[in-house]
Amino acid sequence: MRLKFFIPLLAFVVLAISLGVGLTLKPRDIPSALIGDPVPEFSLPGIPGHEDGLSTADFGNGEVVLVNVFASWCIPCRQEHPLFMELARTGGIKIYGLNQRDKVEDAVQWLATFGDPYDRVGSDLDGRAGIDWGVYGVPETFIVDGRGRIIYKHIGVVTRSVLDKEILPRMEQARRQAAETAETK
Amino acid sequence: MMAARKGVFGLAALVFGVLMLLAGDPPLAQAIDLPLPDAAQEARARSLHKQLRCLVCQNQSIVDSNATLARDLRIIVRERVAAGESDRQVLDFMVARYGDWVLMNPPFKAATLVLWIGPGLIFLGASVGVFFYFRRARRQFAAAAPLSKAERRRLDALFDDG
Repeated sequence: MRLKFFIPLLAFVVLAISLGVGLTLKPRDIPSALIGDPVPEFSLPGIPGHEDGLSTADFGNGEVVLVNVFASWCIPCRQEHPLFMELARTGGIKIYGLNQRDKVEDAVQWLATFGDPYDRVGSDLDGRAGIDWGVYGVPETFIVDGRGRIIYKHIGVVTRSVLDKEILPRMEQARRQAAETAETK
Repeated sequence: MMAARKGVFGLAALVFGVLMLLAGDPPLAQAIDLPLPDAAQEARARSLHKQLRCLVCQNQSIVDSNATLARDLRIIVRERVAAGESDRQVLDFMVARYGDWVLMNPPFKAATLVLWIGPGLIFLGASVGVFFYFRRARRQFAAAAPLSKAERRRLDALFDDG
């Protein structure tokens, strides 16, 4: 048997493997350009019930926070919302809501209907703050570490598996790091 | 009779239309992307629009896309051009938020090396392969034994028939 007869087979295997890997990738997920960067400069008004609003100053106070981009017109948001409600009930995790291109009364109504897991809510009526955060679809969820740096972004619905495998371990790690730096200080 | 029915339908359609107009929510403080008054600035803004990719629809530039985000990005580009920013500054603003991905024409750097030189490498490799294949084929042809007299006669006969 001559080796060169295997070349087509080899080429096929390489092609099949690369195409197979390609199938598992999600071309819609554009990696965030802001990973490792400090939270952008922004300042948003709140909504009734969350009058404080949300701004850059709310980050980097030693606490690791989850930022959930949501809107009342966003149907997939309803799917992930119970998980955030669960997190809020369990406690220990701060969740900020970035309300995208929503009418204030719609946002209030939506939170009254599906529950309000947020510690703070910023109302981003024209989507400009969202653009500064690099948001291109709703829902998106960010983790911001204790120094106010964006360490992770999930695009799309947060499922239980995403929460358990991607989000919570990263938050835990960031919290441990924050605790260590606090000790060395 | 027919005319009367048509009239009723027309009226119903009108009422329905008016109701729809009333029911429709007034748009959220929505900005409209109007061209800039300065023609030169507008031309620059448009050329920048063509260089920016729509993140929602992905294979379109923000010129071609109807997505809300694309519209907002068009407006932001116009604002920045009108404020006197250079093309580079406007593109950097977008790249800072959305990464190189937002550029229709990705920059040449380590992460995009395969993208830029991959096709050339494949072409080069294939060319080398084809070159050696034909060279060997020609050598084998040249090395083949000449036709015997009987084969030559048969070949001539075939050509004559043709």
